[in-house]
Amino acid sequence: MAEEYFIQGNEACAKGAIVAGCRFFAGYPITPSTEIAETLAHDLPKVGGSFVQMEDEIASMGAIIGASWGGTKSMTATSGPGLSLMQENIGYAFLTETPLVIVDVQRGSPSTAQPTMGAQGDMMQARWGSHGDYEPIALSPASVEEFFYFTIKAFNLAEQYRVPVFIMADETMGHMREKMRIDEDRIEIVPRKRPELTDDYLPFKHVENGTTPMPAFGDGFNIHITGLTHDERGYPDTNDPETHSRLINRLCGKILNNRNEISSVFHQFCDDADTIIISYGSPIRAVIEAVLKIRKEGRKVGYIKIDTPWPFPEEQVIELTEGAKNVIVVEMNLKQMYWEVERILKEKTNVHFMGKIGGLLPAPDEIIYEVKKVEDK
Amino acid sequence: MRTEIRICGFGGQGIILAGIILGKAASLFDENEAVQTQSYGPEARGGASKCEVVIDNKLIEYPKVQDLDVLVAMSNEALIKYIGDLKDEGTLIVDPGTTDVEDVREFIDSHNIKVYEAPATKTAMDEIGIKIVANIVMVGAITKITKVISKEAVMKSIEDSVPKGTEEKNIAAFEAGYALVE
Repeated sequence: MAEEYFIQGNEACAKGAIVAGCRFFAGYPITPSTEIAETLAHDLPKVGGSFVQMEDEIASMGAIIGASWGGTKSMTATSGPGLSLMQENIGYAFLTETPLVIVDVQRGSPSTAQPTMGAQGDMMQARWGSHGDYEPIALSPASVEEFFYFTIKAFNLAEQYRVPVFIMADETMGHMREKMRIDEDRIEIVPRKRPELTDDYLPFKHVENGTTPMPAFGDGFNIHITGLTHDERGYPDTNDPETHSRLINRLCGKILNNRNEISSVFHQFCDDADTIIISYGSPIRAVIEAVLKIRKEGRKVGYIKIDTPWPFPEEQVIELTEGAKNVIVVEMNLKQMYWEVERILKEKTNVHFMGKIGGLLPAPDEIIYEVKKVEDK
Repeated sequence: MRTEIRICGFGGQGIILAGIILGKAASLFDENEAVQTQSYGPEARGGASKCEVVIDNKLIEYPKVQDLDVLVAMSNEALIKYIGDLKDEGTLIVDPGTTDVEDVREFIDSHNIKVYEAPATKTAMDEIGIKIVANIVMVGAITKITKVISKEAVMKSIEDSVPKGTEEKNIAAFEAGYALVE
């Protein structure tokens, strides 16, 4: 039996977190993500969970890393300025293989710029914001319902690969209200795997393309967790080039070598399309409207909706754009995901960019104008 | 058929709640789809507030206004700012207590705009005794004028959306607004 709600994306995210098994949230409220914290402050105690309003975003990340090692699925939510502050600890979470979820409801940026306006300017910050080599997973919802299901998926991926997972939403997605159907049959939860207490247990065991279950504090394991390069026991081993190379290659490999399992796209009309528009998050809604309109004029235009900007769905995008004369990337920044598309398609087709900043969604008519400009030139 | 409604005024007037009520009514209590979006400044009260509701009988892709059917203005500033987005023969609903349609007369005449005056603030004061329900009075007027959402759905939505214990006053405000216009 499906339940129906008319709620905001941010509220859907909070509901999704609770369904996914999140029982700890630490954060510092920031527009346009605040309703996630507000809803969880209200709902988490009812299911035996904890909500902590921290002094800042640096501490928020620290708290959810600790809570995750305490055995609890954990999450924080923020916007660009907060994500900047979290970067140091995000790197720590990657190196210590700590599963957690970070929601970024993007607003006009850089700095504190436009608190109440939408943007997609943090896409590369999610990719490269912390120092060093690491491979993030990021999901971008494009409807209230997707915000709910993607939050569950984010927790599942975090557990499956023992990594931080980003949800890269935007102000429109956070604040928009529309119908959300929760269908029990569509919900699948990946629970936290606990290791067996054995003498040879290794918390950072070298598993090809993978990871190993982690214990919680208090389970009786003697383990060491550090942001220094560590061996399989977790003990610092900072001077052996082999230890570092093996560790970092495994951490990157567990995402990159499972790229096709993790990444997903939705697409329509790509088979015969002359022009394919690629977008993600809120702007894809304008793209779909534009594509449906322009196809009535007889133009062969299709679209690819990127559900997982990271790891970028390279193979799917290459395959779907085969034969297209033009590709247009639509996003609310001045070229970020565009560079990923350009990198993989520049030898194969013409890659164009339509960016919009200032806080408003691109309008379908603006996209149609762009398609005509590209096709008729 | 797609209908686009924009409600605008000051922060604190309940502009966004009015939009939520309409969207929820169409989406959950009628068999339609609805998307409600909003824009507001960083101020809690007094700044400009704008809320958009798109209603359709099929899935809505683009969530914002493209071709505005109905503009509801609860402040003169908002009326002047947004009148230009209204399509030809579109519908304008104003609260004469907080707006002056003469300021946009030229646009109204040249674009054949249908104008409805719904004194929401005055009705809220005179009939309910509290100014705070002016937004719900306006929801009543919008429901009657636009006919895109059923009266029953809006009433269920109000009961589902307003704070517990205030349902009766809000339903009375809705009925008063519904009776304001023909």
